Amino acid sequence: MTDIAATAAPSTETATLPAKLATGFVNRLVIIVPYLWLLFFFLVPFIIVFKISLSQTAISMPPYTPVIGFKDGVSGFFAGVRELNFDNYTWLTQDALYFNAYVTSLVIAGISTILTLIVGYPIAYGMARAPATIRPTLLMLVILPFWTSFLIRVYAWIGILKPEGLLNQVLLATGLISQPLVILNTYTAIFIGIVYSYLPFMVLPLYSSLEKMDYSLIEAAQDLGCPPAGAFWKITFPLSLPGVVAGCLLVFIPAVGEFVIPDLLGGSQTLMIGKTLWNEFFSNRDWPVSSAVAVILLLVLTIPIMFFQQAQAKAQEQSK
Amino acid sequence: MKSLGSIRRDFAPWNDPNAKPYIQFDKVTKKFGDFTAVNNLSLTIFEREFFALLGASGCGKSTLLRMLAGFEEPSAGRILLDGQDLRGIPPYKRPVNMMFQSYALFPHMTVEKNIAFGLKQEGMPGADVEKRVAEMLKLVKLEQFAKRKPHQLSGGQRQRVALARSVAKRPKVLLLDEPLGALDKKLREETQFELMDLQQELGLTFVVVTHDQEEAMTMADRIAIMDKGEVMQVATPAEIYEAPASRFVAHFVGNVNMFEGKVAEHTTSTTRITGATGAQIVVDNGSNAAAGSDIVFAIRPEKIRVSSKKPADAVNALEGEIYDVAYLGDMTVYHIKLDDGQIVRASALNASRVTEDPLTWNDRAWVSFRPDAGVVLAR
Repeated sequence: MTDIAATAAPSTETATLPAKLATGFVNRLVIIVPYLWLLFFFLVPFIIVFKISLSQTAISMPPYTPVIGFKDGVSGFFAGVRELNFDNYTWLTQDALYFNAYVTSLVIAGISTILTLIVGYPIAYGMARAPATIRPTLLMLVILPFWTSFLIRVYAWIGILKPEGLLNQVLLATGLISQPLVILNTYTAIFIGIVYSYLPFMVLPLYSSLEKMDYSLIEAAQDLGCPPAGAFWKITFPLSLPGVVAGCLLVFIPAVGEFVIPDLLGGSQTLMIGKTLWNEFFSNRDWPVSSAVAVILLLVLTIPIMFFQQAQAKAQEQSK
Repeated sequence: MKSLGSIRRDFAPWNDPNAKPYIQFDKVTKKFGDFTAVNNLSLTIFEREFFALLGASGCGKSTLLRMLAGFEEPSAGRILLDGQDLRGIPPYKRPVNMMFQSYALFPHMTVEKNIAFGLKQEGMPGADVEKRVAEMLKLVKLEQFAKRKPHQLSGGQRQRVALARSVAKRPKVLLLDEPLGALDKKLREETQFELMDLQQELGLTFVVVTHDQEEAMTMADRIAIMDKGEVMQVATPAEIYEAPASRFVAHFVGNVNMFEGKVAEHTTSTTRITGATGAQIVVDNGSNAAAGSDIVFAIRPEKIRVSSKKPADAVNALEGEIYDVAYLGDMTVYHIKLDDGQIVRASALNASRVTEDPLTWNDRAWVSFRPDAGVVLAR
């Protein structure tokens, strides 16, 4: 990236001053638009949620206090700010329920991500090695499930997995089992649901990194005495790592906060943070605590990713 | 002693009936669906030979190389290497290495690791690997780039890494697929000589695929000219150029003038040809075309002399008018329109700085050539 900036700089020097200003403005505009988008639709809502997480629950409209505003002038605003405190965060540490829910969510998301990778990699590999003429069709097939509502697809899995469902009927009819398998309302059902729902998010980045790989690299590895399996682990897999990382993040992050799948397929006893958040918000009507849960979830997800990206940038810097 | 071309060759196992062939293509055919890439082709390559497969794209030369490397299996026929049938041997077990046209350097490995890759595969001990890698880096003069990744190298450096990687294992045969195709002209010319030196130094057998006739002529001991999956001629560069076996070969390599005609008279020493428009040409290079047969007479432009007067001693002289002149510095190319309408290309070396009586557009001129200057080819 730095190379591009370095080579681009001298070319702008030759341009006239107004032209330079114009291109500078256009360049900035291009960056400003997404920044404004993030500011209004991410940072502002986040600040609101964060403020609510510092408030106290109240039976009122809205269901928390204080409501900070300029109704009583500037002094009223600061009086409201002084009332904010971190009590809800302390509360989260006192009840083991929250900690367990976070850990369970991370573990379930982690296992699901690995399973999705194991299922998705061969699919992406097969697509990337398929004749170029049928690749668009295969790509279409991967995206096709998105045309149906996510909820309906997860509901459909209830029909497949329940004791008298499709899967058990088939297995009983073929004589493979004598008792119906209990899959629905277990962690297995959650894994199945997450792997199924998030598979496209794994396959697409993997496919794009595998597809642009030069097949002559594999031939070169074989030519130098490396059998096909070795060539896969020494060449193909390392070169597809950016796709693996992107796919895993795309699956892991939403899976941690997943609510619909554990609720519908995991039954009532599953403890995931998305469900806990939903309960706090809608059942307990405790907006401040649920906001605190959301803020912590965000930190749990973003901080490791930030460290990871920093490490990756450093590694890239070193390789240059 | 007379010889074709200007180089005397001491290395010529193909002329030795007792020489043992090293690589043998034995009636090899390769089909991709309906398309026949290689058609019933037989070819022999000798040990330590620098062999070039030359042809236009799609002529089957790359397929031939890929079959030797093991990436494709022949649909019919056998390929023998040092007496061993290669059928069914996967690429990773063949004692040949290939230098890919795209170089196929592993982008996530340093130069060092790229070169060491093949050595580690055969389980060479670490210390030996290091030694060999250092040796290879020195050979291609890239010692200070050992820790770089391929994307940090120039095109020429990458080419040398690819070369070092493919010769590191000391293969019996090195296959080179358009090895200089991605380099610019000047670098290509330098690298041609480097490759030749390297081949001499390592004593390996090189099989190179190229579409560049100059490249093939410069480097190869022998060239196989290919067209539509078949070999048109296998010979030394000088033979290919001076004694092409067919119209196709004569046209494919270098520039050539073709006179269509009939053999008017054939004796043991000379052949007299009557051109389609009445021109008389005498040839004494041992052609055995029978009298009355339809032939073409092919002659290279530099074998033709252009002069304003008919040379007194000329056996073959035709009159015409200068149609075009191109001064190229080292030589001048003339296009002469003969009185029978045919346009002849002649080139003259500018051996001296000043020319007396220079020819120019629309001048009357004579083209003349010696009776052994051209070849008689079947129509």
